[in-house]
Amino acid sequence: MDWTALGLSLRLGLVTVVLLLPLSFLLARWLAFGRFRGRGLVEALVALPLILPPTVVGFYLLVAFGRSSPVGAAFESLFGEPLVFSFEGLVLASLLVNLPFAVQPMQNALAAIPPNVRDAARCCGLSPLQAVRHVELPLALPGIATGAVLTFAHTLGEFGVVLMVGGSIPGETRTISIAIYDRVQAFDEPAAGAMALLLLVIAVVALGITNTLARRAGRRD
Amino acid sequence: MTAKAGLQVRLRRAAPFALDVAFEAPAGSITALFGPSGSGKTTVLRAIAGLQPMDDARISCGDGTWTDTAAGLTIPPHRRPVGFVFQDYALFPHLTVCEQLALSLGHRPAAERPARIDALLELVQLQELGERRPAALSGGQQQRAALARALARDPAVLLLDEPFAAVDWALRESLRRELVRLQRALSLTVVLVTHDFEDVAKLASHLVVIEHGAVTAHGPVEALTARNAVPGVSGWREPAVALDACIEAHESERQLTVITAGDLRLEVPTIAAPVGAPVRIQLAAREVILASRRPEGLSLHNVVEAEVVAIEPASHPALRLVHLRVGETRVLSLVTADAERKLGLAPRQPVLALIKAVAVEAFA
Repeated sequence: MDWTALGLSLRLGLVTVVLLLPLSFLLARWLAFGRFRGRGLVEALVALPLILPPTVVGFYLLVAFGRSSPVGAAFESLFGEPLVFSFEGLVLASLLVNLPFAVQPMQNALAAIPPNVRDAARCCGLSPLQAVRHVELPLALPGIATGAVLTFAHTLGEFGVVLMVGGSIPGETRTISIAIYDRVQAFDEPAAGAMALLLLVIAVVALGITNTLARRAGRRD
Repeated sequence: MTAKAGLQVRLRRAAPFALDVAFEAPAGSITALFGPSGSGKTTVLRAIAGLQPMDDARISCGDGTWTDTAAGLTIPPHRRPVGFVFQDYALFPHLTVCEQLALSLGHRPAAERPARIDALLELVQLQELGERRPAALSGGQQQRAALARALARDPAVLLLDEPFAAVDWALRESLRRELVRLQRALSLTVVLVTHDFEDVAKLASHLVVIEHGAVTAHGPVEALTARNAVPGVSGWREPAVALDACIEAHESERQLTVITAGDLRLEVPTIAAPVGAPVRIQLAAREVILASRRPEGLSLHNVVEAEVVAIEPASHPALRLVHLRVGETRVLSLVTADAERKLGLAPRQPVLALIKAVAVEAFA
Protein backbone atom coordinates (compact mmCIF):
# COMPACT_ATOMS: atom_id res chain seq x y z
CA MET A 1 0.00 0.00 0.00
CA ASP A 2 1.41 3.35 -1.10
CA TRP A 3 0.23 5.63 1.72
CA THR A 4 1.79 8.72 0.17
CA ALA A 5 -0.15 8.11 -3.02
CA LEU A 6 -3.36 7.52 -1.08
CA GLY A 7 -2.84 10.74 0.90
CA LEU A 8 -2.16 12.65 -2.31
CA SER A 9 -5.30 11.27 -3.95
CA LEU A 10 -7.44 12.16 -0.94
CA ARG A 11 -5.93 15.67 -0.87
CA LEU A 12 -6.52 16.08 -4.61
CA GLY A 13 -10.10 14.88 -4.21
CA LEU A 14 -10.85 17.26 -1.34
CA VAL A 15 -9.23 20.29 -2.99
CA THR A 16 -11.10 19.55 -6.21
CA VAL A 17 -14.45 19.22 -4.41
CA VAL A 18 -13.94 22.39 -2.36
CA LEU A 19 -12.95 24.48 -5.38
CA LEU A 20 -15.30 22.90 -7.87
CA LEU A 21 -18.59 23.00 -5.92
CA PRO A 22 -19.07 26.78 -5.80
CA LEU A 23 -17.93 27.21 -9.40
CA SER A 24 -20.18 24.41 -10.60
CA PHE A 25 -23.15 25.75 -8.65
CA LEU A 26 -22.86 29.08 -10.44
CA LEU A 27 -22.46 27.35 -13.79
CA ALA A 28 -25.32 24.94 -13.06
CA ARG A 29 -27.60 27.80 -12.00
CA TRP A 30 -26.75 29.72 -15.14
CA LEU A 31 -27.53 26.68 -17.29
CA ALA A 32 -30.70 25.82 -15.36
CA PHE A 33 -32.30 29.26 -15.22
CA GLY A 34 -30.50 31.44 -17.75
CA ARG A 35 -32.18 32.44 -20.98
CA PHE A 36 -29.49 32.77 -23.58
CA ARG A 37 -28.47 31.58 -27.01
CA GLY A 38 -25.87 28.87 -27.20
CA ARG A 39 -26.88 27.08 -24.04
CA GLY A 40 -26.63 23.78 -25.95
CA LEU A 41 -23.05 24.58 -26.87
CA VAL A 42 -22.08 25.37 -23.27
CA GLU A 43 -23.77 22.18 -22.06
CA ALA A 44 -21.91 20.16 -24.70
CA LEU A 45 -18.58 21.69 -23.65
CA VAL A 46 -19.29 20.85 -20.00
CA ALA A 47 -20.13 17.26 -20.96
CA LEU A 48 -17.09 16.85 -23.21
CA PRO A 49 -14.82 15.21 -20.59
CA LEU A 50 -17.43 12.44 -20.23
CA ILE A 51 -16.99 11.18 -23.77
CA LEU A 52 -13.45 12.19 -24.75
CA PRO A 53 -10.75 9.57 -24.07
CA PRO A 54 -8.79 10.69 -20.97
CA THR A 55 -5.58 10.59 -22.97
CA VAL A 56 -7.03 13.10 -25.43
CA VAL A 57 -8.14 15.44 -22.62
CA GLY A 58 -4.75 14.92 -20.96
CA PHE A 59 -2.90 15.66 -24.17
CA TYR A 60 -4.67 18.96 -24.74
CA LEU A 61 -4.24 19.96 -21.10
CA LEU A 62 -0.55 19.09 -21.33
CA VAL A 63 -0.23 21.37 -24.34
CA ALA A 64 -2.31 24.09 -22.66
CA PHE A 65 -0.31 23.94 -19.43
CA GLY A 66 3.07 23.82 -21.14
CA ARG A 67 5.67 26.55 -20.85
CA SER A 68 5.00 27.78 -24.39
CA SER A 69 1.27 28.22 -23.76
CA PRO A 70 -0.13 31.46 -22.25
CA VAL A 71 -1.60 29.59 -19.26
CA GLY A 72 1.59 27.71 -18.48
CA ALA A 73 3.78 30.78 -19.01
CA ALA A 74 1.55 32.94 -16.79
CA PHE A 75 1.61 30.35 -14.02
CA GLU A 76 5.37 30.00 -14.17
CA SER A 77 5.97 33.75 -14.09
CA LEU A 78 3.61 34.08 -11.10
CA PHE A 79 4.77 31.14 -8.99
CA GLY A 80 8.22 30.46 -10.35
CA GLU A 81 7.59 26.81 -11.18
CA PRO A 82 6.01 25.02 -14.13
CA LEU A 83 2.35 24.02 -14.10
CA VAL A 84 2.85 20.65 -15.76
CA PHE A 85 4.00 17.76 -13.56
CA SER A 86 2.95 19.70 -10.43
CA PHE A 87 0.17 19.22 -7.88
CA GLU A 88 -1.32 22.58 -8.90
CA GLY A 89 -1.47 21.45 -12.52
CA LEU A 90 -3.15 18.25 -11.37
CA VAL A 91 -5.76 20.27 -9.46
CA LEU A 92 -6.48 22.42 -12.50
CA ALA A 93 -6.82 19.35 -14.73
CA SER A 94 -9.00 17.66 -12.13
CA LEU A 95 -11.34 20.68 -11.99
CA LEU A 96 -11.85 20.62 -15.74
CA VAL A 97 -12.25 16.85 -16.01
CA ASN A 98 -14.77 16.73 -13.16
CA LEU A 99 -16.93 19.58 -14.44
CA PRO A 100 -19.72 17.34 -15.80
CA PHE A 101 -19.80 15.20 -12.65
CA ALA A 102 -20.39 18.29 -10.49
CA VAL A 103 -22.49 20.43 -12.83
CA GLN A 104 -25.00 17.94 -14.18
CA PRO A 105 -26.56 16.72 -10.89
CA MET A 106 -26.77 20.32 -9.63
CA GLN A 107 -28.27 21.57 -12.87
CA ASN A 108 -30.89 18.81 -12.77
CA ALA A 109 -31.73 19.55 -9.14
CA LEU A 110 -32.07 23.29 -9.79
CA ALA A 111 -34.13 22.78 -12.94
CA ALA A 112 -36.51 20.58 -10.93
CA ILE A 113 -37.47 23.51 -8.66
CA PRO A 114 -40.87 24.74 -9.88
CA PRO A 115 -40.59 28.28 -11.32
CA ASN A 116 -43.47 29.39 -9.07
CA VAL A 117 -41.50 28.35 -5.98
CA ARG A 118 -38.62 30.61 -7.04
CA ASP A 119 -41.07 33.42 -7.77
CA ALA A 120 -42.73 32.83 -4.40
CA ALA A 121 -39.36 33.34 -2.72
CA ARG A 122 -39.09 36.79 -4.30
CA CYS A 123 -42.69 37.60 -3.36
CA CYS A 124 -41.88 36.64 0.23
CA GLY A 125 -39.45 39.53 0.31
CA LEU A 126 -36.24 37.58 -0.31
CA SER A 127 -33.53 39.26 -2.37
CA PRO A 128 -32.05 37.14 -5.18
CA LEU A 129 -29.14 36.18 -2.91
CA GLN A 130 -31.44 35.33 0.02
CA ALA A 131 -33.61 33.27 -2.33
CA VAL A 132 -30.53 31.24 -3.30
CA ARG A 133 -29.60 30.70 0.33
CA HIS A 134 -33.05 29.87 1.73
CA VAL A 135 -34.77 28.19 -1.19
CA GLU A 136 -32.52 27.16 -4.08
CA LEU A 137 -29.56 25.78 -2.09
CA PRO A 138 -31.65 23.65 0.29
CA LEU A 139 -33.82 22.33 -2.54
CA ALA A 140 -30.77 21.54 -4.69
CA LEU A 141 -28.87 20.00 -1.77
CA PRO A 142 -29.28 16.36 -2.89
CA GLY A 143 -27.92 17.35 -6.31
CA ILE A 144 -25.05 19.27 -4.74
CA ALA A 145 -24.16 16.34 -2.50
CA THR A 146 -24.35 13.93 -5.43
CA GLY A 147 -22.04 16.21 -7.40
CA ALA A 148 -19.59 16.32 -4.50
CA VAL A 149 -19.53 12.55 -4.02
CA LEU A 150 -19.19 11.81 -7.72
CA THR A 151 -16.42 14.39 -8.09
CA PHE A 152 -14.49 13.00 -5.13
CA ALA A 153 -14.83 9.38 -6.23
CA HIS A 154 -13.98 10.17 -9.82
CA THR A 155 -10.90 12.18 -8.79
CA LEU A 156 -9.56 9.22 -6.84
CA GLY A 157 -10.03 7.00 -9.88
CA GLU A 158 -8.80 9.30 -12.66
CA PHE A 159 -5.84 7.76 -14.42
CA GLY A 160 -5.28 8.85 -18.00
CA VAL A 161 -5.44 12.58 -17.52
CA VAL A 162 -3.29 12.44 -14.37
CA LEU A 163 -0.65 10.37 -16.13
CA MET A 164 -0.53 12.76 -19.08
CA VAL A 165 -0.48 16.01 -17.10
CA GLY A 166 1.20 14.95 -13.88
CA GLY A 167 3.41 12.03 -14.68
CA SER A 168 4.21 9.95 -11.63
CA ILE A 169 6.23 12.05 -9.21
CA PRO A 170 5.94 10.57 -5.69
CA GLY A 171 4.26 12.97 -3.24
CA GLU A 172 3.56 15.46 -6.02
CA THR A 173 1.60 13.79 -8.79
CA ARG A 174 1.60 10.07 -8.12
CA THR A 175 -2.02 9.40 -7.19
CA ILE A 176 -3.29 6.05 -6.01
CA SER A 177 -4.50 4.96 -9.45
CA ILE A 178 -1.04 5.73 -10.87
CA ALA A 179 0.47 3.82 -7.96
CA ILE A 180 -1.64 0.77 -8.79
CA TYR A 181 -0.37 0.89 -12.36
CA ASP A 182 3.24 1.22 -11.11
CA ARG A 183 2.81 -1.76 -8.76
CA VAL A 184 1.37 -3.90 -11.58
CA GLN A 185 4.31 -2.94 -13.79
CA ALA A 186 6.62 -4.03 -10.97
CA PHE A 187 4.75 -7.37 -10.61
CA ASP A 188 3.79 -6.39 -7.02
CA GLU A 189 0.33 -7.88 -7.25
CA PRO A 190 -0.57 -7.89 -3.51
CA ALA A 191 0.05 -4.11 -3.19
CA ALA A 192 -1.87 -3.39 -6.42
CA GLY A 193 -4.70 -5.63 -5.23
CA ALA A 194 -4.97 -3.90 -1.85
CA MET A 195 -5.16 -0.45 -3.42
CA ALA A 196 -7.59 -1.59 -6.13
CA LEU A 197 -9.84 -3.07 -3.44
CA LEU A 198 -9.74 0.22 -1.54
CA LEU A 199 -10.83 2.16 -4.64
CA LEU A 200 -13.55 -0.43 -5.27
CA VAL A 201 -14.91 0.02 -1.74
CA ILE A 202 -14.84 3.82 -2.09
CA ALA A 203 -16.69 3.61 -5.42
CA VAL A 204 -19.40 1.33 -3.96
CA VAL A 205 -19.86 3.60 -0.93
CA ALA A 206 -20.04 6.66 -3.19
CA LEU A 207 -22.73 5.09 -5.35
CA GLY A 208 -24.65 4.07 -2.24
CA ILE A 209 -24.57 7.65 -0.97
CA THR A 210 -25.66 9.17 -4.29
CA ASN A 211 -28.49 6.67 -4.72
CA THR A 212 -29.75 7.35 -1.20
CA LEU A 213 -29.64 11.09 -1.83
CA ALA A 214 -31.47 10.73 -5.12
CA ARG A 215 -34.18 8.65 -3.44
CA ARG A 216 -34.52 11.15 -0.62
CA ALA A 217 -34.82 14.01 -3.09
CA GLY A 218 -37.53 12.13 -4.94
CA ARG A 219 -39.48 11.39 -1.76
CA ARG A 220 -39.87 14.98 -0.65
CA ASP A 221 -42.05 16.05 -3.56
CA MET B 1 -51.63 47.03 9.30
CA THR B 2 -52.11 47.60 5.60
CA ALA B 3 -51.94 50.83 3.68
CA LYS B 4 -55.34 51.88 2.40
CA ALA B 5 -54.19 52.49 -1.09
CA GLY B 6 -55.77 51.70 -4.43
CA LEU B 7 -53.79 50.02 -7.16
CA GLN B 8 -53.45 51.58 -10.57
CA VAL B 9 -52.28 49.47 -13.44
CA ARG B 10 -51.51 50.26 -17.06
CA LEU B 11 -49.66 47.66 -19.10
CA ARG B 12 -48.75 47.34 -22.73
CA ARG B 13 -46.79 44.62 -24.42
CA ALA B 14 -46.48 43.46 -28.02
CA ALA B 15 -44.95 39.99 -27.72
CA PRO B 16 -45.25 37.04 -27.17
CA PHE B 17 -48.93 37.93 -27.23
CA ALA B 18 -50.42 41.42 -27.28
CA LEU B 19 -51.48 42.83 -23.96
CA ASP B 20 -52.97 46.25 -23.43
CA VAL B 21 -54.82 46.77 -20.17
CA ALA B 22 -55.52 49.61 -17.80
CA PHE B 23 -57.64 49.46 -14.67
CA GLU B 24 -57.84 50.53 -11.09
CA ALA B 25 -58.37 48.25 -8.09
CA PRO B 26 -59.97 50.29 -5.32
CA ALA B 27 -58.47 50.12 -1.85
CA GLY B 28 -60.04 47.80 0.70
CA SER B 29 -62.07 45.74 -1.74
CA ILE B 30 -61.81 42.70 -3.97
CA THR B 31 -61.23 43.27 -7.67
CA ALA B 32 -61.61 40.29 -9.96
CA LEU B 33 -59.65 39.94 -13.20
CA PHE B 34 -62.01 37.71 -15.10
CA GLY B 35 -61.60 36.10 -18.49
CA PRO B 36 -61.04 32.85 -20.34
CA SER B 37 -57.82 30.87 -19.96
CA GLY B 38 -54.99 32.37 -21.96
CA SER B 39 -56.44 35.87 -21.97
CA GLY B 40 -53.45 37.33 -20.14
CA LYS B 41 -54.91 37.66 -16.64
CA THR B 42 -52.07 35.84 -14.88
CA THR B 43 -49.50 37.88 -16.81
CA VAL B 44 -51.14 41.04 -15.48
CA LEU B 45 -50.99 39.69 -11.94
CA ARG B 46 -47.31 38.74 -12.35
CA ALA B 47 -46.54 42.18 -13.72
CA ILE B 48 -48.11 43.77 -10.64
CA ALA B 49 -45.83 41.63 -8.47
CA GLY B 50 -42.83 42.62 -10.59
CA LEU B 51 -42.28 39.06 -11.80
CA GLN B 52 -43.07 39.85 -15.41
CA PRO B 53 -41.12 42.51 -17.29
CA MET B 54 -43.21 44.78 -19.51
CA ASP B 55 -42.32 46.98 -22.49
CA ASP B 56 -44.54 49.80 -21.39
CA ALA B 57 -46.07 49.86 -17.96
CA ARG B 58 -47.04 52.06 -15.09
CA ILE B 59 -48.08 50.43 -11.84
CA SER B 60 -48.66 52.45 -8.73
CA CYS B 61 -50.25 51.81 -5.40
CA GLY B 62 -51.30 54.73 -3.22
CA ASP B 63 -48.30 57.05 -3.07
CA GLY B 64 -45.82 54.45 -4.27
CA THR B 65 -44.87 53.83 -7.89
CA TRP B 66 -43.75 50.26 -8.48
CA THR B 67 -43.19 50.28 -12.21
CA ASP B 68 -42.81 53.20 -14.56
CA THR B 69 -41.06 52.16 -17.73
CA ALA B 70 -41.20 55.73 -19.06
CA ALA B 71 -39.06 56.84 -16.12
CA GLY B 72 -36.96 53.65 -16.21
CA LEU B 73 -38.23 52.65 -12.79
CA THR B 74 -38.84 49.04 -11.75
CA ILE B 75 -38.96 48.08 -8.10
CA PRO B 76 -37.81 44.44 -7.80
CA PRO B 77 -40.42 41.93 -6.56
CA HIS B 78 -38.91 41.52 -3.10
CA ARG B 79 -39.26 45.24 -2.37
CA ARG B 80 -42.92 45.49 -3.40
CA PRO B 81 -45.44 45.20 -0.58
CA VAL B 82 -47.45 42.48 -2.30
CA GLY B 83 -48.60 39.09 -1.13
CA PHE B 84 -48.90 36.52 -3.90
CA VAL B 85 -50.91 33.32 -3.64
CA PHE B 86 -49.98 31.14 -6.61
CA GLN B 87 -52.44 28.82 -8.30
CA ASP B 88 -50.44 25.77 -7.19
CA TYR B 89 -49.64 27.58 -3.88
CA ALA B 90 -45.86 27.29 -4.52
CA LEU B 91 -45.10 26.47 -0.90
CA PHE B 92 -41.46 25.74 -0.10
CA PRO B 93 -41.36 21.92 0.11
CA HIS B 94 -38.39 21.85 2.51
CA LEU B 95 -39.84 24.20 5.14
CA THR B 96 -42.55 23.85 7.77
CA VAL B 97 -45.47 26.26 7.73
CA CYS B 98 -43.88 28.26 10.57
CA GLU B 99 -40.55 28.44 8.73
CA GLN B 100 -42.27 29.69 5.58
CA LEU B 101 -44.00 32.40 7.59
CA ALA B 102 -40.75 33.35 9.32
CA LEU B 103 -39.09 33.73 5.93
CA SER B 104 -41.80 36.19 4.87
CA LEU B 105 -41.42 38.27 8.02
CA GLY B 106 -37.99 39.62 7.13
CA HIS B 107 -39.34 43.19 7.20
CA ARG B 108 -40.27 42.90 10.90
CA PRO B 109 -37.84 42.95 13.83
CA ALA B 110 -36.80 39.44 14.87
CA ALA B 111 -38.34 39.86 18.30
CA GLU B 112 -41.82 40.39 16.84
CA ARG B 113 -41.76 37.40 14.52
CA PRO B 114 -42.79 34.51 16.82
CA ALA B 115 -45.91 36.34 18.01
CA ARG B 116 -46.70 37.33 14.46
CA ILE B 117 -46.38 33.71 13.29
CA ASP B 118 -48.84 32.60 15.98
CA ALA B 119 -51.27 35.35 14.98
CA LEU B 120 -51.07 34.41 11.30
CA LEU B 121 -51.60 30.70 12.03
CA GLU B 122 -54.65 31.60 14.06
CA LEU B 123 -55.93 33.87 11.31
CA VAL B 124 -56.01 30.98 8.82
CA GLN B 125 -56.84 28.36 11.46
CA LEU B 126 -53.68 26.32 11.14
CA GLN B 127 -52.58 26.60 14.79
CA GLU B 128 -52.05 22.85 15.17
CA LEU B 129 -50.21 22.40 11.89
CA GLY B 130 -47.42 24.97 12.09
CA GLU B 131 -44.70 22.33 12.34
CA ARG B 132 -45.85 20.42 9.27
CA ARG B 133 -44.28 20.50 5.86
CA PRO B 134 -46.49 21.15 2.82
CA ALA B 135 -46.51 17.48 1.77
CA ALA B 136 -48.25 16.65 5.08
CA LEU B 137 -51.07 19.18 4.50
CA SER B 138 -54.34 18.72 2.61
CA GLY B 139 -55.14 20.89 -0.41
CA GLY B 140 -57.25 23.31 1.61
CA GLN B 141 -54.63 23.53 4.35
CA GLN B 142 -51.95 24.23 1.75
CA GLN B 143 -54.06 27.04 0.36
CA ARG B 144 -54.50 28.55 3.81
CA ALA B 145 -50.77 28.23 4.47
CA ALA B 146 -50.07 30.03 1.19
CA LEU B 147 -52.55 32.74 2.18
CA ALA B 148 -50.89 33.15 5.59
CA ARG B 149 -47.47 33.36 3.93
CA ALA B 150 -48.75 36.09 1.59
CA LEU B 151 -50.33 37.99 4.48
CA ALA B 152 -47.13 37.72 6.52
CA ARG B 153 -45.61 40.42 4.36
CA ASP B 154 -48.25 42.92 5.50
CA PRO B 155 -49.02 43.51 1.85
CA ALA B 156 -50.59 46.67 0.49
CA VAL B 157 -52.13 44.43 -2.18
CA LEU B 158 -52.93 40.74 -1.99
CA LEU B 159 -52.69 38.99 -5.35
CA LEU B 160 -54.52 35.69 -5.84
CA ASP B 161 -54.07 33.58 -8.96
CA GLU B 162 -57.04 31.22 -9.46
CA PRO B 163 -57.04 30.53 -5.73
CA PHE B 164 -59.88 27.98 -5.81
CA ALA B 165 -59.13 26.18 -9.07
CA ALA B 166 -57.27 23.30 -7.43
CA VAL B 167 -59.86 22.37 -4.79
CA ASP B 168 -63.21 20.60 -5.00
CA TRP B 169 -66.55 22.35 -4.87
CA ALA B 170 -67.36 21.91 -1.16
CA LEU B 171 -63.94 23.13 -0.06
CA ARG B 172 -64.14 25.99 -2.54
CA GLU B 173 -67.20 27.43 -0.78
CA SER B 174 -65.56 27.36 2.62
CA LEU B 175 -62.31 28.84 1.30
CA ARG B 176 -64.27 31.62 -0.37
CA ARG B 177 -65.95 32.39 2.97
CA GLU B 178 -62.53 32.37 4.62
CA LEU B 179 -61.18 34.84 2.09
CA VAL B 180 -64.15 37.18 2.45
CA ARG B 181 -63.82 37.04 6.23
CA LEU B 182 -60.10 37.89 6.10
CA GLN B 183 -60.58 40.57 3.49
CA ARG B 184 -63.20 42.32 5.60
CA ALA B 185 -61.38 41.85 8.90
CA LEU B 186 -58.13 43.29 7.53
CA SER B 187 -59.65 45.68 4.92
CA LEU B 188 -57.36 44.10 2.37
CA THR B 189 -56.98 45.33 -1.16
CA VAL B 190 -57.27 42.16 -3.19
CA VAL B 191 -56.76 41.45 -6.89
CA LEU B 192 -58.08 38.03 -7.81
CA VAL B 193 -57.58 36.27 -11.12
CA THR B 194 -60.31 33.81 -12.04
CA HIS B 195 -62.08 32.18 -14.95
CA ASP B 196 -64.95 31.06 -12.71
CA PHE B 197 -67.76 33.60 -12.62
CA GLU B 198 -68.93 32.21 -9.28
CA ASP B 199 -65.81 33.77 -7.75
CA VAL B 200 -66.78 37.10 -9.24
CA ALA B 201 -70.42 36.89 -8.19
CA LYS B 202 -69.63 35.80 -4.65
CA LEU B 203 -66.44 37.66 -3.81
CA ALA B 204 -65.66 40.62 -5.99
CA SER B 205 -66.99 44.13 -5.73
CA HIS B 206 -65.12 45.28 -8.83
CA LEU B 207 -64.73 43.45 -12.07
CA VAL B 208 -62.19 43.77 -14.86
CA VAL B 209 -62.98 41.54 -17.83
CA ILE B 210 -59.90 40.66 -19.90
CA GLU B 211 -60.23 38.99 -23.28
CA HIS B 212 -57.39 38.46 -25.75
CA GLY B 213 -55.13 40.72 -23.75
CA ALA B 214 -57.52 43.68 -23.62
CA VAL B 215 -60.03 44.98 -21.08
CA THR B 216 -63.52 44.54 -22.52
CA ALA B 217 -65.46 45.76 -19.48
CA HIS B 218 -64.77 47.07 -16.03
CA GLY B 219 -66.73 48.50 -13.17
CA PRO B 220 -68.66 47.51 -10.06
CA VAL B 221 -69.92 43.91 -10.22
CA GLU B 222 -73.40 45.03 -9.21
CA ALA B 223 -73.77 47.42 -12.12
CA LEU B 224 -72.29 45.03 -14.68
CA THR B 225 -74.43 42.06 -13.68
CA ALA B 226 -77.58 44.21 -13.43
CA ARG B 227 -77.09 45.26 -17.04
CA ASN B 228 -76.44 41.60 -17.92
CA ALA B 229 -73.38 43.01 -19.63
CA VAL B 230 -70.39 40.94 -18.65
CA PRO B 231 -68.52 39.99 -21.82
CA GLY B 232 -67.64 36.34 -21.99
CA VAL B 233 -70.40 35.52 -19.52
CA SER B 234 -73.67 36.93 -20.81
CA GLY B 235 -73.95 34.22 -23.45
CA TRP B 236 -73.48 31.07 -21.41
CA ARG B 237 -74.36 32.07 -17.91
CA GLU B 238 -77.92 32.48 -16.84
CA PRO B 239 -78.69 36.20 -16.32
CA ALA B 240 -78.41 37.00 -12.61
CA VAL B 241 -77.65 40.09 -10.57
CA ALA B 242 -75.04 40.09 -7.84
CA LEU B 243 -75.92 42.57 -5.11
CA ASP B 244 -74.19 43.79 -1.99
CA ALA B 245 -76.69 43.46 0.82
CA CYS B 246 -76.70 43.91 4.54
CA ILE B 247 -78.45 41.97 7.30
CA GLU B 248 -81.31 44.07 8.62
CA ALA B 249 -82.94 41.76 11.17
CA HIS B 250 -83.37 38.15 12.19
CA GLU B 251 -86.88 36.78 12.68
CA SER B 252 -85.90 33.75 14.67
CA GLU B 253 -89.44 32.45 15.15
CA ARG B 254 -90.07 32.28 11.41
CA GLN B 255 -86.47 31.20 10.77
CA LEU B 256 -86.03 34.06 8.36
CA THR B 257 -83.51 36.84 7.93
CA VAL B 258 -84.39 40.23 6.49
CA ILE B 259 -81.74 41.70 4.21
CA THR B 260 -81.58 44.93 2.27
CA ALA B 261 -79.72 45.49 -0.95
CA GLY B 262 -80.03 49.17 -1.71
CA ASP B 263 -83.76 49.75 -1.95
CA LEU B 264 -84.55 46.07 -2.24
CA ARG B 265 -85.76 44.44 0.97
CA LEU B 266 -85.95 40.65 1.04
CA GLU B 267 -86.87 37.90 3.46
CA VAL B 268 -84.58 34.91 3.07
CA PRO B 269 -83.89 31.69 5.03
CA THR B 270 -81.86 32.37 8.17
CA ILE B 271 -78.30 33.54 7.50
CA ALA B 272 -75.79 32.83 10.23
CA ALA B 273 -74.33 36.32 10.51
CA PRO B 274 -74.98 39.20 12.89
CA VAL B 275 -77.29 42.12 12.15
CA GLY B 276 -75.43 44.72 10.11
CA ALA B 277 -73.12 42.16 8.53
CA PRO B 278 -72.54 42.46 4.78
CA VAL B 279 -73.92 39.70 2.55
CA ARG B 280 -73.40 39.10 -1.13
CA ILE B 281 -76.57 37.87 -2.82
CA GLN B 282 -77.20 36.48 -6.26
CA LEU B 283 -80.65 36.64 -7.79
CA ALA B 284 -81.17 34.70 -11.00
CA ALA B 285 -83.50 36.32 -13.53
CA ARG B 286 -85.48 33.09 -13.95
CA GLU B 287 -86.39 33.19 -10.23
CA VAL B 288 -88.07 36.59 -10.45
CA ILE B 289 -91.77 36.35 -11.38
CA LEU B 290 -93.70 39.39 -12.55
CA ALA B 291 -97.31 40.16 -11.59
CA SER B 292 -99.70 43.04 -12.21
CA ARG B 293 -101.78 42.38 -9.07
CA ARG B 294 -100.79 41.37 -5.58
CA PRO B 295 -101.23 37.57 -5.43
CA GLU B 296 -102.81 35.75 -2.52
CA GLY B 297 -102.53 32.27 -1.08
CA LEU B 298 -98.95 31.68 -2.22
CA SER B 299 -96.00 30.41 -0.23
CA LEU B 300 -94.24 33.57 -1.31
CA HIS B 301 -92.33 35.84 1.04
CA ASN B 302 -91.22 38.68 -1.16
CA VAL B 303 -93.60 40.81 -3.20
CA VAL B 304 -91.66 43.88 -4.29
CA GLU B 305 -92.90 46.95 -6.11
CA ALA B 306 -90.74 47.56 -9.15
CA GLU B 307 -90.70 49.45 -12.41
CA VAL B 308 -89.80 48.11 -15.85
CA VAL B 309 -86.70 49.80 -17.23
CA ALA B 310 -86.21 47.91 -20.47
CA ILE B 311 -87.10 44.65 -22.18
CA GLU B 312 -84.59 42.81 -24.31
CA PRO B 313 -84.55 39.53 -26.20
CA ALA B 314 -83.11 36.63 -24.24
CA SER B 315 -81.04 33.64 -25.35
CA HIS B 316 -84.21 31.74 -26.36
CA PRO B 317 -86.59 33.34 -28.91
CA ALA B 318 -89.62 32.66 -26.69
CA LEU B 319 -88.07 34.47 -23.72
CA ARG B 320 -87.56 38.09 -22.72
CA LEU B 321 -85.16 39.58 -20.21
CA VAL B 322 -86.89 42.35 -18.28
CA HIS B 323 -84.72 44.96 -16.56
CA LEU B 324 -86.38 46.22 -13.39
CA ARG B 325 -85.82 48.98 -10.91
CA VAL B 326 -86.65 48.66 -7.25
CA GLY B 327 -85.99 52.21 -6.16
CA GLU B 328 -82.41 52.59 -7.38
CA THR B 329 -81.58 48.87 -7.21
CA ARG B 330 -81.57 46.90 -10.44
CA VAL B 331 -83.02 43.40 -10.79
CA LEU B 332 -83.50 41.15 -13.82
CA SER B 333 -86.50 38.95 -14.61
CA LEU B 334 -86.73 36.28 -17.29
CA VAL B 335 -90.25 35.84 -18.62
CA THR B 336 -91.85 34.32 -21.71
CA ALA B 337 -92.78 36.49 -24.65
CA ASP B 338 -96.32 35.31 -23.98
CA ALA B 339 -96.23 36.71 -20.44
CA GLU B 340 -94.85 39.96 -21.81
CA ARG B 341 -97.94 40.27 -24.03
CA LYS B 342 -100.41 39.19 -21.30
CA LEU B 343 -99.04 41.70 -18.80
CA GLY B 344 -98.56 44.30 -21.51
CA LEU B 345 -95.04 44.99 -20.25
CA ALA B 346 -93.47 48.24 -21.36
CA PRO B 347 -90.78 50.60 -20.06
CA ARG B 348 -91.72 52.70 -17.00
CA GLN B 349 -94.64 50.40 -16.21
CA PRO B 350 -95.03 49.55 -12.51
CA VAL B 351 -95.09 45.81 -11.76
CA LEU B 352 -94.79 43.52 -8.77
CA ALA B 353 -91.69 41.31 -8.63
CA LEU B 354 -92.30 38.03 -6.82
CA ILE B 355 -89.17 36.50 -5.34
CA LYS B 356 -89.09 33.19 -3.48
CA ALA B 357 -87.10 33.36 -0.28
CA VAL B 358 -85.15 30.25 -1.26
CA ALA B 359 -84.32 31.71 -4.67
CA VAL B 360 -81.97 34.25 -3.10
CA GLU B 361 -78.47 32.83 -3.00
CA ALA B 362 -76.79 34.49 -0.05
CA PHE B 363 -73.05 34.38 0.55
CA ALA B 364 -72.10 35.70 3.98
